[in-house]
Amino acid sequence: MRATRGPRFGLGAEGARALLIAAGSTAVVFGVLAVVAVNSSGWPLFQEKFLNGPVFWEALPKVLGKFWINVQLFLIAEVLILVLGLLLAVLRSLPGPVFFPVRLLATLYVDLFRAVPGILVIFMLGFGIPALRIPGVPKDQFFWAVVSLTLLYSAYVSEVYRAGIESIHPSQTAAARSLGLSHAQTLRYVVVPQAVRRVVPPLLNDFIGLQKDTVLVSFLGVVEIFNEAGILESARFNFTPYLATALVFVVVTLPLARLTDVLLQREKNGRIASGGSRSAAAMQRVSQPLP
Amino acid sequence: MTGTGAALVVEDIWKSFGQLDVLCGIDLEVAEHEVIALIGASGSGKSTLLRCINLIEPVDAGRILIKGEEITAKGVNVDRIRRRIGIVFQSFNLFPHMRVMDNVTLGPRKVLGRSAADAETAAMVLLERFGLAEKARDYPDRLSGGQQQRVAIVRALAMQPDLLLLDEVTSALDPELVAEVLNVIRELAAGGMTMLIATHEMGFARDIASRVCFLDGGRILEQGSPRQMFGEPHEARTRQFLNRIIEAGRL
Repeated sequence: MRATRGPRFGLGAEGARALLIAAGSTAVVFGVLAVVAVNSSGWPLFQEKFLNGPVFWEALPKVLGKFWINVQLFLIAEVLILVLGLLLAVLRSLPGPVFFPVRLLATLYVDLFRAVPGILVIFMLGFGIPALRIPGVPKDQFFWAVVSLTLLYSAYVSEVYRAGIESIHPSQTAAARSLGLSHAQTLRYVVVPQAVRRVVPPLLNDFIGLQKDTVLVSFLGVVEIFNEAGILESARFNFTPYLATALVFVVVTLPLARLTDVLLQREKNGRIASGGSRSAAAMQRVSQPLP
Repeated sequence: MTGTGAALVVEDIWKSFGQLDVLCGIDLEVAEHEVIALIGASGSGKSTLLRCINLIEPVDAGRILIKGEEITAKGVNVDRIRRRIGIVFQSFNLFPHMRVMDNVTLGPRKVLGRSAADAETAAMVLLERFGLAEKARDYPDRLSGGQQQRVAIVRALAMQPDLLLLDEVTSALDPELVAEVLNVIRELAAGGMTMLIATHEMGFARDIASRVCFLDGGRILEQGSPRQMFGEPHEARTRQFLNRIIEAGRL
């Protein structure tokens, strides 16, 4: 009986027992996996080719140096994607028969760039367009890498935005329009600000995907992190540089993934908290005289 | 019939949603400073009538005129019309991402082109008048239902409308919060605001309406002074409706 009073001051007997069991079973499972891996016949070779300490420490600063290219790609494309994605979502939500061709074009765009594999778009634009030698059209591989990623990801992001816009209750639009706000003003001041807040977690999720897909542009010959790792790998026939590259992406992505979780949780808590404060305010209201 | 001085003229309005006829030939003329209470069972067309007058719903047939100008005519700029007609909804519909002050000043700033300073000064006068001054910097979810609905009324008033439409504005409130909202409407009526009020609060309708209209099956079946409508209604359907209200203890 006394144990049930425990939880007020720490874990208590039940909680401590659960924690012990969790720690124990985790140690056993990981221990068994490690023993099996280390004792398998291929382990020494694997260790030599994938987990090579000296190669790792030599490769890490080099791949990190080239990672800056990926970061630039990511950051520039990111901004363009946010703008183009929102524009597409707004175009698709334009009402009335006059805007049918606009809606159709936006829909075709989104369908097309979601359907075509990214690497195809990157090849067609990155190799194909410069090969046409049209005067005034850039030949820079980095430029076409940014364009490809922007076209591909803005299609996804516009769908995220659109889901957000459609999740805003029609009564919000009715209230805004009844004040005399135009359709565009209603979107700008009422619908989009609420929609964007709702879609931040799924947007972050798409950006994790974009971060990783920046390595696809290595096929255009842009020497970024993956290409650099490839150069290091073939020089020694050792895959540890790839492992170092993978580690860089994990380290960069994990905070984003956790941030997404935190934001989702906060939104959930926020709804509960505001619901609670509303009834608290209502209670307070009762005890006050009418104005 | 059509007096050009009338604040609002509704002529033979028809509206259906698919197979469902909601308004079946509504005629109504409202003089300035009149307060019209629309009563009737749920589904009788009260809300739809208000939404049609605000052009949220397009009418199928008929005309609506505001101060002699036909607002249902083709090619009319609906945004220009709507800024002259305020509407307050049952579910408040405040903008949750904006503070009370920004909710109230959005229309004046973006539609009427007022400067932020002017709009806020005017909004503060209204908020003070309705006991909401200290809530100006709060977000709507920090307010009680009654406070939210009063903010919604202030938001509509900030546009200085010629006509105010109130769509069952107390129906979503806890009973103890109804009075504070009704008091605000009472004050507006005393101030001469032209209003159309769809309501289930019969006692309130009797107190403040200059005219009561009973809607039944998409028509105005009967209309008259509150004394006549609640005292000696002519139509059997009206008597039946009011008897049910009395049985429910709502009058």
